[in-house]
Amino acid sequence: MLDFSKNHFELFGLPVGYRVDGDLLAERYRALQHRLHPDRYAAAGDREKRLSMQASARVNEAFQTLRDPLERARYLVSLHTGDNDGGKEMTQDMAFLAEQMELREALSEVRSRPDPIGAVGEILDHLAGQSNVLVGKLEVLLEAPSPQDLEAARELVSKLQFVSKCRVEAENLEAELDELL
Amino acid sequence: MTDVSMALLQISEPGLSAAPHRHHLAAGIDLGTTNSLVASVRSGSADTLADADGRHLLPSVVRFTEEAVIVGEEAKLAAVDDPLNTVASVKRLIGRGLDDIKRLGSRLPYEFVQTDAAVPRIHTCRGDLSPVEVSAEILKALAVRAESALGGELSGVVITVPAYFDEAQRQATKDAARLAGLKVFRLLNEPTAAAVAYGLDKDAEGIHAVYDLGGGTFDISILRLRRGVFEVLATGGDSALGGDDLDRAVARWIMEQAGVGDGASRVVLRRLMRDACIAKETLTKANSASVCVDLPNGVRWEGELDRPTFDALIDPLISKTTAACRRCLRDAGLRPAEVKDVVMVGGSTRVPRVRERVAELFGTAPLVDIDPDRVVAIGAALQADVLAGNKGADEMLLLDVIPLSLGLETMGGLVEKIVPRNTTIPVARAQEFTTFKDGQTAMAVHVLQGERELVADCRSLARFELRGIPPMVAGAARILVSFEVDADGLLSVTAMEQSSGVKAQVEVKPSYGLTDAEVESMLRDSIAHAGEDLHARRLRERQVEAKRTLEGLRAALASDGDALLDAAERRRVEGTLLHLEEVADGNDPEAIKAATEDLENACAFYVERRMNRSIRDAMEGHKIEEFQ
Repeated sequence: MLDFSKNHFELFGLPVGYRVDGDLLAERYRALQHRLHPDRYAAAGDREKRLSMQASARVNEAFQTLRDPLERARYLVSLHTGDNDGGKEMTQDMAFLAEQMELREALSEVRSRPDPIGAVGEILDHLAGQSNVLVGKLEVLLEAPSPQDLEAARELVSKLQFVSKCRVEAENLEAELDELL
Repeated sequence: MTDVSMALLQISEPGLSAAPHRHHLAAGIDLGTTNSLVASVRSGSADTLADADGRHLLPSVVRFTEEAVIVGEEAKLAAVDDPLNTVASVKRLIGRGLDDIKRLGSRLPYEFVQTDAAVPRIHTCRGDLSPVEVSAEILKALAVRAESALGGELSGVVITVPAYFDEAQRQATKDAARLAGLKVFRLLNEPTAAAVAYGLDKDAEGIHAVYDLGGGTFDISILRLRRGVFEVLATGGDSALGGDDLDRAVARWIMEQAGVGDGASRVVLRRLMRDACIAKETLTKANSASVCVDLPNGVRWEGELDRPTFDALIDPLISKTTAACRRCLRDAGLRPAEVKDVVMVGGSTRVPRVRERVAELFGTAPLVDIDPDRVVAIGAALQADVLAGNKGADEMLLLDVIPLSLGLETMGGLVEKIVPRNTTIPVARAQEFTTFKDGQTAMAVHVLQGERELVADCRSLARFELRGIPPMVAGAARILVSFEVDADGLLSVTAMEQSSGVKAQVEVKPSYGLTDAEVESMLRDSIAHAGEDLHARRLRERQVEAKRTLEGLRAALASDGDALLDAAERRRVEGTLLHLEEVADGNDPEAIKAATEDLENACAFYVERRMNRSIRDAMEGHKIEEFQ
């Protein structure tokens, strides 16, 4: 039904690399689900049903990983290096860390600002900008990575992790402020 | 007669029928809170079916009299004068227990009968009736209409339900259909049905939001339609917000203006709601509506409600819906601008202010091509046609998501989310855990559902224990806990110790017993209590950390305290230990942190001595390579 030994990229027939054609990925994902989803095996035997469930879950997992820039980077680094903790170590870039601290501080003070939602929006825009820069660097680094490139990529993944965590917090805060409207 | 020949005509359409010699009659039913509809595919196009008087909407109101059961418009008109025998909005009650209904409280004018069974019964002159029985009457009326319009017996129906309906509510809806003598091909989520109506008729591709402001509920769903696959990216909403609330806001305004007190009788309140509803409908086309109310004291009050006043009355309610939309978009990882179309469902989306606000949010004019009252029924009819075997069944596929996060209890009563809400199913996720005590041979696995950070605030789904873990030092065992949710939402959890292969497993039904109101309030709580959770989480983390430090220190003191410390030193260390113990029982995370740090500082010299000694001990009689 599905070759479980394939990596996430191979599952979708995509080249192994950080640049992913999002539309093509989504299209291949749907084509696979169309074929593998348990709804297609409603009348089949238990073994096939079970297999379809596993295959469909695997395709969901691969899709979630590849469509998210952070997860994709982490997965790609671990594919190249063979270890599973792609980017779990912390960045040592003090300027970057200081900036993150400032953003978090700004976030915690948002409520006392005259236009809290606007202020969160600004922070979110800023984070989106940071994220884009990091993703852009990762695209270049992970094109045909040397061991040094992979080391550098790990550091970027760690930064991207900071940015997306801060983004989740900002979004939660935005939701909370929305609720108060 | 014309209907029969229409059905015959369809038989000759090539390639459409799986069984070319016979077209199966099928219908889609939108069983709504305020109104219900039935639709069918005739001559290749889907449309709702009218009654003998040409009316498509059947008010979901049932009146019981000594002589007969009356469903629809006639019952609705009688509701004002015979409120106790006239049941409206029964959808709010179906599949609910008495406790749920008590929470809906004073908003319902019926008399409920206390019974031993969990199912509530409504007291009428024809006996005490369950919501399933009342719903069955509505379904019967729709089936009669369909069979006379189509000229034959229905082979089956598709009935739509809100996306948030749980097991019990879905099952009760199916029971009502069975009671009405109908075969249910499938229950279909309302937003999906609306998307089917637009998707299949117009071959639309892209991301769609379905904004459904019905009589009693608000639902927002984000769907992706592409090449015949419907993917639900996220759903959300408010199970206690709808057109009725708009009417209520207007009714309250009338009461204030006319000086009607809160103690008005049920008959007066019903009449006010009706007047409010008429004013709302008038304001859809006109810029102002005149309101006349006969007050209980016999005086007649007349007033004008203009558009700006009306808009101001309902704006707070619309804001609740747009906030839910933003939340849902965030869950789908999308910005409003990425939504190509917004499908409008439900009569309340006719209100110009609602359309304005939705357009503002998404930056695009919402889709209103298909009548928002009928679009769900039309989608259901298209799906019924497919399932009856009148079309190739390989075209449609729905990818569903889980509505609430699933996770595990971890140290200190915290929840670690393993599968976040709105993850597409089926899904398999695994996470590795370890033992935290030396020689630990069992581990408790507690499976939870919900968005909050503390175990106490989430719903407990299952508990089981993994036994037979080979004794090892703390942190050495590798226990893989796997979550698997199948396409029907059935969860199974497996825990396995990796080195020995010992295994334990449990299966749970995550949605079981959760009402949509519970889902809704759990989601709301997670947001309202985010700050509180953060504090609680920090507190638990600090407490766990302090406890670990204390345990470590006590163990150390027991093993070598006497050898490494003199009496004064030992007293000092024990003093800080007692201080931390005391502070850790309090609820100030910062104080616990400070006390933990104090203890660590005060013991630094002791730790250093222990380390030197253990290195010395270890090195005696060994070669250095053994430690590499």
